Amino acid sequence: MALRTVKLLLAAIFSLFIVVFSAPLLAQDSTHNNAPAEGQSTPAPKKSFDAAEVIFGHILDNHEYHFTEYHDSEGGIHHVSIPLPIILYSKQKGLTAFMSSRFEHGAAAYNGYKIEEEKIVALKEDGTADESIKVYDLSMTRNVIQMILALTLLTWLMISIANAYKKGLGVTSAPKGKQNLLEPVIIFVREEVAKPNLGNKAGKYLPYLLTTFFFILINNILGLIPGTANVSGNIAFTVVLGLISFVVILFSTNKHFWGHIFNPPGVPGFVKPILILVEFLGVFIKPFALIIRLFANMVAGHIIIICLISLIFIFGQMNAYAGWGTSPVAIGFTVFIYFIEVLVAFLQAFIFTNLTAVFIGSAFEGGSHADETLHI
Amino acid sequence: MSVITSLLDGTANAGGAIGAGLAAIGAGLGIGQIGKGAVESIARQPEAMNDIRANMILAAALVEGAALFGIIVGFLAMVLK
Repeated sequence: MALRTVKLLLAAIFSLFIVVFSAPLLAQDSTHNNAPAEGQSTPAPKKSFDAAEVIFGHILDNHEYHFTEYHDSEGGIHHVSIPLPIILYSKQKGLTAFMSSRFEHGAAAYNGYKIEEEKIVALKEDGTADESIKVYDLSMTRNVIQMILALTLLTWLMISIANAYKKGLGVTSAPKGKQNLLEPVIIFVREEVAKPNLGNKAGKYLPYLLTTFFFILINNILGLIPGTANVSGNIAFTVVLGLISFVVILFSTNKHFWGHIFNPPGVPGFVKPILILVEFLGVFIKPFALIIRLFANMVAGHIIIICLISLIFIFGQMNAYAGWGTSPVAIGFTVFIYFIEVLVAFLQAFIFTNLTAVFIGSAFEGGSHADETLHI
Repeated sequence: MSVITSLLDGTANAGGAIGAGLAAIGAGLGIGQIGKGAVESIARQPEAMNDIRANMILAAALVEGAALFGIIVGFLAMVLK
């Protein structure tokens, strides 16, 4: 009975978290309140709720961790956010570094730079944008910070578990603590993903497969927490992971693999040119599919959750009672989708790793077709 | 002329949305058939349940990847000018 009330309470708090953190009210930024002593004669005009802006603000990378904004009594805007370091390089101006709070959310220019819609442009003397200066943005954006956080978490977890195993815990005795959490998962990746696809070369590729699996998993799960950055739903992140897998696959190919691509056996002559083209393209399309699959799954999940919560505000704009009435329905759906998203987080990490293992396995197999004749 | 242009104004958005919807229908059909095959095989041979479940999830992820290609293209049609 107590457990039930605890669960209901947890569900209520979880829903409240989602509402508070994933749908900030947007407002016009142009009358940023720099001098409260003067008082504002005209209050900041409230823009109507723009769902597309909310969605893109959450999906795309940002130079700060932005949580919410609120209006004070004079109509000025206060932002609740964590500023992050901005590091810029341009040939003319050299390397500069400063905190993103200097930009005051787009209202101010700093040190000859100005931010416009998350893009930093250099300024001429009179304050207009200077298009001729190419600015390389090497900032530590929120995706970078979150990836570093995921790396730290992963390294600490794995090294502490490895040290426990080295001391003998879990080798001759039952595993304790964090070992219990990860040993089934690691054994699952070794037995169900690596060994069936890679055979006796599984040991060579297991470090890469395990790293990929856990890195994608941790970034997926961190991205689900409201207020955090959307790392695995970022095409740059998945492109790099796909490229690394592509390089690993290419390095494991043997000549039978390329022989099958450029000279497919058992194919009639007139089909061969088409099949060679298709097979060759397939070498590139398979990692490309890995990239798009992970990216699309994660970003679709985030967009669905943000859309469902935005429904409340869209209805609320038409009629305040409609907004309140939509809230339970939208929050119910959101919690349901959240559970599916946790499943998708695990599933996509597993699928990426599994398919990489399958492609690596198919790259170095073969060569024994002569033995495949039927012996009666 | 202005009637035609105003009618065609939202065509990119409509095209993108309809395309994404069709892709979702394709995914639903495909994964439904995978599920049907898997459940029938488990009914025939319950001991192979774990193997069948692993293969079902693998095939479902591949089909869903293809469907998400279509959804991404639909989204790009809406967003790009």
